[in-house]
Amino acid sequence: MTTTYTISIYSENNVGLLNRISAIFLKRHINIESLATSPSEITDVFRFVIVVNVTEPQVQKLVQQIEKQVDVIKAYYHTDEETIFQETALYKVKTNFLFEERQIQNFIKQSHANIVTVSPEFFVIEKTGFRHETEQLREQLAPFGLLQFVRSGRLSVSKAPMGISKILNSFTENNQ
Amino acid sequence: MHISGAEAVIRCLLAEGVDLIYGYPGGAIMPVYDELYKFQDDLHHVLTRHEQGATHAAQGYARTSGKVGVAIATSGPGATNLITGIADAQIDSTPMVCITGQVGSHLLGSDAFQETDIIGISTPVTKWNYQVTQAKEIPEILARAFYIARSGRPGPVLVDITKDAQFGMLDFEYKPCVGIRSYKPVPALDQSQVVAAAEAINKAKKPLIVWGQGVILGNAEAEFKAFVEKSGIPAVWTILGLSALETSHPLNKGMVGMHGNYAPNLLTQECDVLIAVGMRFDDRVTGRLDAYAAQAEVVHLEIDPAEIDKNVHADYPVLSDCKQSLAALIELVVPKKLDSWLARFDELYAKEYEVVIEKDTKPTKEGLTMGEVIVAVNKAADSDAVIVTDVGQHQMIACRYAEFIRSKSNVTSGGLGTMGFALPAAIGAKMGAPDRQVVAVIGDGGYQMTIQELGTIFQTGVAVKILVLNNEYLGMVRQWQQLFFDRRYASTEMTNPDFVTIAKGYHIPAQKVTERKDLPSAIQEMINAEGPYFLEVAVEKEDNVFPMIPTGASLNEIRLQ
Ligand SMILES: Cc1ncc(C[n+]2csc(CCOP(=O)(O)OP(=O)(O)O)c2C)c(N)n1
Ligand SMILES: [Mg+2]
Repeated sequence: MTTTYTISIYSENNVGLLNRISAIFLKRHINIESLATSPSEITDVFRFVIVVNVTEPQVQKLVQQIEKQVDVIKAYYHTDEETIFQETALYKVKTNFLFEERQIQNFIKQSHANIVTVSPEFFVIEKTGFRHETEQLREQLAPFGLLQFVRSGRLSVSKAPMGISKILNSFTENNQ
Repeated sequence: MHISGAEAVIRCLLAEGVDLIYGYPGGAIMPVYDELYKFQDDLHHVLTRHEQGATHAAQGYARTSGKVGVAIATSGPGATNLITGIADAQIDSTPMVCITGQVGSHLLGSDAFQETDIIGISTPVTKWNYQVTQAKEIPEILARAFYIARSGRPGPVLVDITKDAQFGMLDFEYKPCVGIRSYKPVPALDQSQVVAAAEAINKAKKPLIVWGQGVILGNAEAEFKAFVEKSGIPAVWTILGLSALETSHPLNKGMVGMHGNYAPNLLTQECDVLIAVGMRFDDRVTGRLDAYAAQAEVVHLEIDPAEIDKNVHADYPVLSDCKQSLAALIELVVPKKLDSWLARFDELYAKEYEVVIEKDTKPTKEGLTMGEVIVAVNKAADSDAVIVTDVGQHQMIACRYAEFIRSKSNVTSGGLGTMGFALPAAIGAKMGAPDRQVVAVIGDGGYQMTIQELGTIFQTGVAVKILVLNNEYLGMVRQWQQLFFDRRYASTEMTNPDFVTIAKGYHIPAQKVTERKDLPSAIQEMINAEGPYFLEVAVEKEDNVFPMIPTGASLNEIRLQ
């Protein structure tokens, strides 16, 4: 049975690494649902968050192969219950609607979305939340003609500690 | 020392103890070749006739010497020609460093002449790769490259160096790499895993050891033998594990896998504890996975955590270099008396002998068999040759019947099954073990995939013995066509050239044998030759390799005929 798993990777910041990691999925014909990269809590350590829909044995093997890569410090996989996760969406809408259609203001309020910017031609709404929340707002705004819509990959932190500093410290201790 | 990037490349190689590299020049790597010219007394460069040959030669060198093989090529087509050898080294865990030239960094991405994204192309088949765009990066990156290639589970590394980085100047200082914070080559041995594994082994009634190349790569032959002898457990090998334990050892019970021996395959399905040492449960070994050793508990001694549970679930994983894990295990295993279990191997061997081995090695029919040729090589070389094989029927027959008294004596393309591997790999194998007899056993098909390396043999004079077993077929494929495609021999019959004339064109002494009576003396002459030698043996055209486990079948379905 397939489940949604979030794979978190701590790595060096190396140009080729994204390619190397995506090749692991490609080789197994596994689709990446979403991918986000950013710095991590540790200076010079990079973080990937990858969401996949696979079986547990599959995700285990993916993580083993990812961790095997020389530039990867550590990789984990978690179920939704084991993480706190959010996605961010941006919605670009024609400005006149904001004033002419009261409903829009209600949608924004009800969904706790923020207006990021308002210009004479368009305004941009930002909503961070679960998929169904950003999706609901998209459906509500769609009738008014969304000029643009974009949603980020999943951002996720685990409930349990990751312990990366410990790994890095033990390396420094052993190599002094 | 203020030197160019190109000179730094050479000085790094020298600092890593490299004295021999294989390669092929071209525009984007010319600065390095220019330095090679200056350093030719210290660093010998072998010009192969194709970049694929350079990689296979580097692999052969690595396999017999235990050192890192080095191959070098230009950008674009030179670099892409390396890929087959790199993929082969990756799947067979061979330490190799490939250096490619690249267009100048200002031209990257412009589709410049002979620009190719070799980093992108090689990523899935390298252990690590890196593009150098500045001269000052060279020492650190090459130090890393060698460290990564040889440490832990070895593998190929590619370093791509732009032309401006080769021309650029740097203050050179070489510090060997001793560690990388994101990379843990050898997992620390966990004694509790050893204890658990030992308990499982000690209570076993019908244990079986299956060993792979990890024993050789870990320099653990002595520990392995001590483990086998102390425990008294029968041991069988994968094709890449071959030669780690001498053939004549009473507990060496033969080969597992698709064309392996009868007893090792069938008794895998009967053993109660299967002890896998430095092997990775390739599908050619396991057959149908869900039926593989389903009755057995599995102990897996392995250096690469990604291999644990990859194909076969390990009830008792022992992560570490098997030199360490075996040494720890020896302390805890108790000697066993396994007479009736061992007798099962003898019984099944007798059956295999009667149906297969006798006909293969002592044929009474007219045509020559591949098996009798290998037996003749054993005899002439006192079972002490390095046997390099290509891919196909001759490979399976050679691995089944070749005898060995020392490790690092079998060089073959296992995981990738690369036709064309043997001839260039034999060049490297001989250069990696110059005092040894090196015999390349090659099919008529695979020989023609890298036949141009005869030029390298001629130019270097390397004393490789080339033994082509000519069945005028792509024999292994023809066998499958016969067995599974109603004898529809689609594009497997070959009209071959006069191989003897070709060898002579390269001034390599050459001979062809078509009759049994001439075989022993011809083989002897080949073995005795001081320099390179070519021998073609015309073998029976439509012989098949047995036993055989059809693809996807379980080991129980092994066929003797
Ligand atoms: C590069 C490559 N192409 C195709 C194959 C598929 N293949 C495996 S064995 C074989 C036949 C080999 O024929 P030959 O070299 O004459 O050896 P024989 O089996 O006759 O001993 C082929 C075509 C392969 N392994 N490698
Ligand atoms: Mg053939």
